[in-house]
Amino acid sequence: MTPTASSTESSAPTSGVFDDVVRSDSSLRRFLHGLPGVDQVGAEARAAGLATRSVKTTSKAYAIDLAIRMVDLTTLEGQDTHGKVRALAAKAMRPDPADPTCPATAAVCVYPDMVATARQTLGDSGVHVAAVATAFPSGRAAMDIKLADTRDAVEAGADEIDMVIDRGAFLSGRYLDVYEEIAQVREACNRPDGTGAHLKVIFETGELQTYDNVRRASWLAMMAGAHFIKTSTGKVQPAATLPVTLVMLEAVRDFRDQTGQMVGVKPAGGIRTTKDAIKYLVMVNETCGADWLTPDWFRFGASTLLNDLLMQRTKMTTGRYSGPDYFTLD
Amino acid sequence: MFEYAPAPESRAIVDIKPSYGLFIDGEFVDGSGTAFKTVNPANEEVLAEVAEASDADVDAAVRAARRAYTRVWSRMSGAERAKYLYRIARIIQERGRELAVLESIDNGKPIRESRDVDVPSLAAHFFYYAGWADKLKYSGYGSTPLGVAGQVIPWNFPLMMLAWKIAPALACGNTVVLKPAETTPLTALLFAEICQQADLPPGVVNIVTGAGDTGRALVSHPDVDKVAFTGSTEVGKAIARAVAGTDKKVTLELGGKAANIVFEDAPIDQAVEGIVNGIFFNQGHVCCAGSRLLVQESVADEVMARLKRRMATLRVGDPLDKNTDVGAINSAEQLAKIRELSEVGESEGAERWSAPCELPAHGYWFAPTVFTGVTQAHRIAREEIFGPVLSVLTFRTPSEAVEKANNTPFGLSAGVWTDKGSLILSMANHLRAGVVWANTFNKFDPTSPFGGYKESGYGREGGRHGLEAYLKGEDS
Repeated sequence: MTPTASSTESSAPTSGVFDDVVRSDSSLRRFLHGLPGVDQVGAEARAAGLATRSVKTTSKAYAIDLAIRMVDLTTLEGQDTHGKVRALAAKAMRPDPADPTCPATAAVCVYPDMVATARQTLGDSGVHVAAVATAFPSGRAAMDIKLADTRDAVEAGADEIDMVIDRGAFLSGRYLDVYEEIAQVREACNRPDGTGAHLKVIFETGELQTYDNVRRASWLAMMAGAHFIKTSTGKVQPAATLPVTLVMLEAVRDFRDQTGQMVGVKPAGGIRTTKDAIKYLVMVNETCGADWLTPDWFRFGASTLLNDLLMQRTKMTTGRYSGPDYFTLD
Repeated sequence: MFEYAPAPESRAIVDIKPSYGLFIDGEFVDGSGTAFKTVNPANEEVLAEVAEASDADVDAAVRAARRAYTRVWSRMSGAERAKYLYRIARIIQERGRELAVLESIDNGKPIRESRDVDVPSLAAHFFYYAGWADKLKYSGYGSTPLGVAGQVIPWNFPLMMLAWKIAPALACGNTVVLKPAETTPLTALLFAEICQQADLPPGVVNIVTGAGDTGRALVSHPDVDKVAFTGSTEVGKAIARAVAGTDKKVTLELGGKAANIVFEDAPIDQAVEGIVNGIFFNQGHVCCAGSRLLVQESVADEVMARLKRRMATLRVGDPLDKNTDVGAINSAEQLAKIRELSEVGESEGAERWSAPCELPAHGYWFAPTVFTGVTQAHRIAREEIFGPVLSVLTFRTPSEAVEKANNTPFGLSAGVWTDKGSLILSMANHLRAGVVWANTFNKFDPTSPFGGYKESGYGREGGRHGLEAYLKGEDS
């Protein structure tokens, strides 16, 4: 299945359902603090329980290909160059040059100034260009600069925007500021032709610290129009964890129950092995169900994960492990 | 669809013999009763023939235990006894997979549970009580053992119950004759092998297999100083009658009908996990199972919707598949009892809902089931079903929850789900139950005492309190 982000219409998705909730800081606060709490011990126990599922043979082969198709192949370094991004994009299109049956990844994820380069290399391959924006990773910039950052990336051809929330505002309880910031960035994702880039909202859960905060941030972002909610920038530890992702998956599941609308989830940072990726897929499967098991609704933000997936994929088809030299560098 | 391919744990690690004798005085010997068969409840395959201990066999076992007690075990220093217990604990860990696979085959419980709960807990109990063996004078109960303990355990946690009985008894210097349940004798006999492997002096642990008659012979044997029983309230009462008027000390851990109480401010997603764990863990064959869900009316619909969605993801089937959540009902007899009480629930007007799952064609199976619209007047709210069947009642206020929770002849355990700490403490003060879990359920630890109020029995097992049942008390 090819992701269809760029063709999606981009009217405000909450469309009146939450008007009363987002009217003021106090009404928003009442709503977010009225959500059922998350018991830390229980959530972690559930995540650990799901991680004991044993996924073998045909189901493992299925999971590996699905995981490859869900990867947002990422490079977010000060040392990034056009050459590096071209190489990454080539790898995203053909992760395993030796095996044409190997699927492409969902997207490449780069800084805004690299969007044009990625776009040029990827062409109409179907692999999306995702750009981090809004003064990634700290989010510490004036609002107009964050919006300009976003518009710049969209104009350069980004299909998806990965924004960061203002964690300072969130932790000091200024929920309405965070809501409006997300809503404005979502506006900035619109293109003149009426289409818009998909918006992923990064919480930096390692800075929000509690699962209650993660659940509140999830609802805040979904009400403000996020297409995806994403755990982390990858620049703060801990990044994605299974229990944090579980809480976010419960949030998107409950949001659909209430509004009929689906929101995607993207754990990012720290997912390095096939074993880890499969644990996440099991969690999606048993928390949200099969509807979320497509690149449209679940992604992995990762760089080193892809090569481990390829190595395991080759092992599944040939019965042998081969060394890292048989898999390409990004 | 993301379907999980079968992931069976290998049976190759266990070596089930065609027939088993009794373990008396350190040796396996033939029984003189009528041998009986033990079956795999997941497919009704006959696993082995097991000897039945007659009165004479039980007498031989008690005499062996008495000899070992007077000549060896009660004279040995606590530190020396501890060495044996530590050795047993380590062998249990080394042979953990073998014990887990055999437990799942003979009992029907999922390998995930026998591997992650039963066997680790078995080892943990031996390690814990090994630590007490040379410190009994600090226990508060003295350091003088009672003598020979006759112990009768149920089929729901064959190894875990064996550990709860044998570990504290041996640590305190007693010797034991243990009778495992007739439907699950195999792991106790494997444990007997482990005792041999650990060079435990002959007669310190004796295992006699059989059914009710063997159990009766054991608890009423005149040379047994201490009776410990876990099982049904009905049998518990019979044992209490049998030992009345004798010098025997008794501990009984019997049935339950625990209330799992969910308040409107509970962490709902985790509460749903706790409800599932409370009643579907071990197919609901748990004396402290949270078989009565008391949910506050204001969140009842939401909780039920989430519970049913969660129940639909439970994987029922082959106990040896690593992805199985709910295994087989232990016996045809137990299955008949669960079916009967479920039919009573329906005929009394409660609404029945079972998780949509395909049950295997052979073996004893029952789909995870929930009854809504249950009141205190329904039999399924009062009688212990001992299966994967949940009765749901609602309440309006904390005091109503307490009244309903306590309105039962049982009093083994209870659960409270709320984000409000003060409510947890006040509920714990008012609930008449031996264990009250807060925002969790079915958590066990060797350091924590466990036992009941009212018809759920008397005495405590586990922790320092668990030593009391096997010591004479402070020297006067």
